[in-house]
Amino acid sequence: MQQKHKLRFHVPEPEVRPGDQPDFSNVKIPRAGTVPRPEVDADPRDMRDLAYSIIRVLNRDGEAVGPWAGTLTPDELLDGLKHMMTLRAFDARMQTAQRQGKTSFYMQHMGEEAVSCAFRRALDDGDMNFPTYRQAGLLIAGGYPMVDMMNQIYSNEADPLKGRQLPVLYSSKEYGFFSVSGNLGTQYIQAVGWAMASAIKGDTRIAAGWIGDGSTAESDFHAALVFASTYKAPVVLNIVNNQWAISTFQGIARGGSGTFAARGLGFGIAALRVDGNDYLAVHAVAKWAVERARRNLGPTLIEHVTYRVGAHSTSDDPSAYRPKTESDSWPLGDPVIRLKNHLIKIGAWSEERHVQAEAEVKDTIIAAQKEAEKHGTLHSGGKPSARDMFEGVYADMPAHLRRQRQKAGI
Amino acid sequence: MPRMTMIEAIRDAMDVSMGRDEDVVVFGEDVGYFGGVFRCTAGLQQKYGTHRCFDAPISELGIVGAAIGMAAYGLKPCIEVQFADYVYPAYDQIVSEAARIRYRSAGQFTCPMVIRMPTGGGIFGGQTHSQSPEALFTHVSGLKVVVPSNPVDAKGLLIAAIEDPDPVIFLEPKRLYNGPFDGHPDRPVTPWSKHPLGEVGEGHFATPLGKAIVRRQGAAVSVLAYGTMVHVSEAAAREAGIDAEIIDLRTLLPLDLETIVASVKKTGHCVIVHEATLTSGFGAELAALVQEHCFYHLEAPIARVTGWDTPYPHAQEWDYFPGPARIARALVEVMEAA
Repeated sequence: MQQKHKLRFHVPEPEVRPGDQPDFSNVKIPRAGTVPRPEVDADPRDMRDLAYSIIRVLNRDGEAVGPWAGTLTPDELLDGLKHMMTLRAFDARMQTAQRQGKTSFYMQHMGEEAVSCAFRRALDDGDMNFPTYRQAGLLIAGGYPMVDMMNQIYSNEADPLKGRQLPVLYSSKEYGFFSVSGNLGTQYIQAVGWAMASAIKGDTRIAAGWIGDGSTAESDFHAALVFASTYKAPVVLNIVNNQWAISTFQGIARGGSGTFAARGLGFGIAALRVDGNDYLAVHAVAKWAVERARRNLGPTLIEHVTYRVGAHSTSDDPSAYRPKTESDSWPLGDPVIRLKNHLIKIGAWSEERHVQAEAEVKDTIIAAQKEAEKHGTLHSGGKPSARDMFEGVYADMPAHLRRQRQKAGI
Repeated sequence: MPRMTMIEAIRDAMDVSMGRDEDVVVFGEDVGYFGGVFRCTAGLQQKYGTHRCFDAPISELGIVGAAIGMAAYGLKPCIEVQFADYVYPAYDQIVSEAARIRYRSAGQFTCPMVIRMPTGGGIFGGQTHSQSPEALFTHVSGLKVVVPSNPVDAKGLLIAAIEDPDPVIFLEPKRLYNGPFDGHPDRPVTPWSKHPLGEVGEGHFATPLGKAIVRRQGAAVSVLAYGTMVHVSEAAAREAGIDAEIIDLRTLLPLDLETIVASVKKTGHCVIVHEATLTSGFGAELAALVQEHCFYHLEAPIARVTGWDTPYPHAQEWDYFPGPARIARALVEVMEAA
């Protein structure tokens, strides 16, 4: 009889824990400019390597190099820098506002600003994002009024969502930003459905889905890939791999898969991996995928490799599960500093102008904050009407809700 | 007037809706080329093309999730889940998304869609082809829940559901697809062609959601039923010789409380009948509402005749299914308790 071996249970662990020396030696970073740029109509089978590499444009010296460079003018890059600086400063203000008790909750984007800001620039007005709670750059870069974002965060009388939603779960049809849900992954398949609808109607608009590394483990992720693949939906499916799902390192969701992008290959979906802290690379890859979708060439899966520098949320303390200085060791650096250095390198920017721009951005945000606070904050000032609580459950209020509203005396 | 089975009436409702509105799309497992495992979508793909009626991968959450995205775009998806027993993988999409999108986006995004699903037992469907999960949906704010009991209503209510601006769970009692069923499995089934409610008007008509209908006028006891149980309750009243007023609720959410209250105030007695399991079933909500609104008119405790609190068995089909004998007993007991 064959000898039976005792089975062993395997649980992936991150390389390091609090107190350890941060170590990203296992993250293989190709040199900028070395990953080829396939034609937009390339067969996914002929570009499998791209799911295992990292597309990068900005090199260590701040130069834009390689086949993915050159999708943006210096003026457009200056806009991009301003968007990222704005998002970062906005985060800082709102984080403080939460600590001051002006709202119950906030979630920062620290370190991930390039992903949503650069991606938005590759879309047209009319395209629809199905974001998670960590893509406010889509709104900032899309020109959505910051005051309205703050009104939502404060749940005040001017809150566009009438106080019904948790802070940062924004919604704006006009700005191509689908209502964010607290339930993870759900919007990924909805993005595919929206794109299918656009194709059914012979429209020209496309959709973009968003998910984090942790949530790729949700069933909705797999459903989205199946549907996108089957119907060749005009959709760009983004995975923001920021290494962490609250306290859980990305290896728990990724398992034995080489990369998250590689998951797309089994579905016959073009899969790319990009340096998420390289504004130019994110834009170039987004532009490629958007064009592919618009030309009916099918969906693209993009893994944005980045790092969640901040806490998961205002309710989280990362020092309990990862080294405090881990983000300093992240080999892809900081997206704002990298773009700033590039702009200085090409002579379009300077340290002085950057300092000045920081001050201007801060002033704009403070002005917006003052404006928003005129309409109240969570616990003081103007509030949404209690009657609004009963509205909008259905298009027309049914009798049982009318009775309940009456009973509530409002 | 043409005679239709419930299957034909449902298909006709989709045909009429697709013909009137190019934004209506129909999809689900085996729904396209093959025309559905119950034939409810037969011919629609041939008539309207694959971009209006198509087959979907076996992924209930995918089907519902994609339809939500389509509805957000502006289409009106009328999708099928092959059996109500298989809706659970899509439950998160239905409860957390479809039902709440209008509310959480303050009306920026809406979800005008219909999720059709064959429901109910009485067909030796065992545990996973017999369930009646309506209470899992009536508990969800933002959904509408409809259960027709005959071809005329099936067509009118489905057209109304497709035209409704809110998400509608449309439960089709598969036991009634080919003919009314009075709960006597030993007797031959009469086809809908021999039943007055099998005469279905041609073309477009909508039966308003949220309106119950009195199927049989009576003075002794009010029976609140829907789906297959409407017919079984009629048989039970006949066999017990009790002058029961039988109300077919048709829409469970929003509920036609007025019709219910008027009837119970008149009869002073109330029996609630459904196939679904008893505990926390929709009957509990009905009983609570009748108690709240008709307390001083009630002459006996409200009775509930339902499936037992067990998974739906196979061999014990007719011991589980609330047949005419069990309902008749409840009618008699309620009358004697007075």
